Amino acid sequence: MRTLIGVLFDGVAYGSLLFLISLGLSVTMGLMSFVNLAHGAFAMMGGFLCVALMRRFGLSFGLTLPLVFVAIGAAGALLEVALYRRLYRASALDQVLFTIGLTFMVGAAATWIWGPSQQPIELPPALRHQITVLGVDLGAYRLFLIGFVVVLTAALALAITRTRFGAQLRAAVDNPQAAAGVGINVGLLFSVTFAIGAGLSGLGGALAIDVLGLDPTFALKYLVYFLLVVVVGGPGSIRGSLLAALLLGVVDVAGKYYVPQVGGFIIYASMVVLLVLFPHGLHGRRV
Amino acid sequence: MAAASDASTPGIARPRWRPLEIAFWLAPIPAYFAFPERRLLLSQIFVYGLFALSLDLVLGYAGILSLGHAAFFGTGAYTAALLAQHGWTEPLSGLLASGAVSAAFGLLVSLLVVPGSDLGRLMVTLGVGLLMYEVANQASSITGGVDGLTDLPIGALFGKIPFGLDGRAACAYSFAILALVFVLARRLVHSPFGLALRGIRENVRRMPAIGVDVNQRLRVVFAVAAGIAGMAGAALTQTTQLCGIDSLGFQRSAELLIMLVFGGAGRLYGALVGATVFMVAQDALAGISPDYWQFWLGAVLVVLVLIARGGLLGALDAVGRRVRRRH
Repeated sequence: MRTLIGVLFDGVAYGSLLFLISLGLSVTMGLMSFVNLAHGAFAMMGGFLCVALMRRFGLSFGLTLPLVFVAIGAAGALLEVALYRRLYRASALDQVLFTIGLTFMVGAAATWIWGPSQQPIELPPALRHQITVLGVDLGAYRLFLIGFVVVLTAALALAITRTRFGAQLRAAVDNPQAAAGVGINVGLLFSVTFAIGAGLSGLGGALAIDVLGLDPTFALKYLVYFLLVVVVGGPGSIRGSLLAALLLGVVDVAGKYYVPQVGGFIIYASMVVLLVLFPHGLHGRRV
Repeated sequence: MAAASDASTPGIARPRWRPLEIAFWLAPIPAYFAFPERRLLLSQIFVYGLFALSLDLVLGYAGILSLGHAAFFGTGAYTAALLAQHGWTEPLSGLLASGAVSAAFGLLVSLLVVPGSDLGRLMVTLGVGLLMYEVANQASSITGGVDGLTDLPIGALFGKIPFGLDGRAACAYSFAILALVFVLARRLVHSPFGLALRGIRENVRRMPAIGVDVNQRLRVVFAVAAGIAGMAGAALTQTTQLCGIDSLGFQRSAELLIMLVFGGAGRLYGALVGATVFMVAQDALAGISPDYWQFWLGAVLVVLVLIARGGLLGALDAVGRRVRRRH
């Protein structure tokens, strides 16, 4: 029973991370039907930036997080305006090739600067110990992660349901042509959303160092998980992504804990099965 | 009429072999004698050319975006390796058996891939590719895990010509397979079946209206291409006497896509040109620094998409058209 709770807890923490990183991808795919395989690269850049800020400038972990969000968001906005924008109408093949190319470049640059090994991270002491709740040992850092994502999700949900920007975004996801027709600047809306998504992904990458690790293969290694969250959750659906991310997190952690000899097999097998059973995602929105 | 058919009018008439094509197929002969110490590389170029040809049928002609084509290459490679390891060392039958196993697997996968949208296909092929990698990785008692299978006992060709270290037999063997499969593939894409594929790629809604069973055509071409990819994998295993797990990796699938798109998809020769340029460049540059290679690979892809769609042969075509218009 105790291990079950422990596995669930770790799975939920893992799923929260996946959600944080994949959210931007979900919006990109839902709003512009853009297959962005380079999304994991934003997370990876966020992780490396966090490590560099802590090591080079001696900043504390907590202080790097807002900086990472802003910097990766700005990088995302720059890439969107300079490159991505040209390919919204291109074929899926062109989008795939372009974003694989970007991922290769970022991965190679990261290897060149930081070397191929895993990057260690020094968490603040407050997050390093274990907390015992009802007889179950829970990692403080994972608890912090879950809390962080809960607060962030609540804030995002409020922003999307209560603000003017959120209403415009919902309109644009549902029907871009009609949204443009009633005077919403869909292009600008998308640039801003893309930047926020990239920033959140970078933030997720920085938070993920202690859980998923960080090396130059990160972007490709976890790409499948991010894509899976989006496709299973239904592109453009935040609730769907959250559900899918938590489900995947728990399944993956449970699989690795209870049947370690099968390894990553479960996640890939469940991916193929889910895709075949629910071609339009769990939440049932057509792309 | 027949003389003008092939590229200009999409007819079913048997396309003639143009002088340029014949010259293209004679080019490996001087290369074989000019670089006797590079014959293993030449043999690998033929193998990857064959592999890229297989993706061209799926992507260039049928328009199915596959991110896990290495699954079939690896299936063929491991089938050939396991056959040899368990005593079936005759290469030709091993090659055909590997192709058949891979084609059967391809038919099975096509049932999952074909009905989906672009995004769904991309995800399913990616998932199948990763799944196969994980299977080979976990079943290490059979597949050798990460280390792969080495020192495979591959028999002599026709019982007489062994695959030596000098790469002479390897070169001739891979070239013969490539040439044979190419002739068949060329015949296939100019047949009514090939025209139906192009019709599906251009306008999938219209094809059922003229009586084409779209999904059946796509399943068949997917299985055929999987078989060809399996033969390429088997040929690599047999000519190198080893089979590594990287034959199933995502990197392999991505590189394949790069070869094909760089050469130019949907024109058969693009696959061969792309594979040649890629392999030669990799041989020359990757030795200097693997990261450097990876970076420029990515840069070439980005530039290709933004500027030069249609690849190398597409660019040559455009130049050719411009020159002709001047005269």
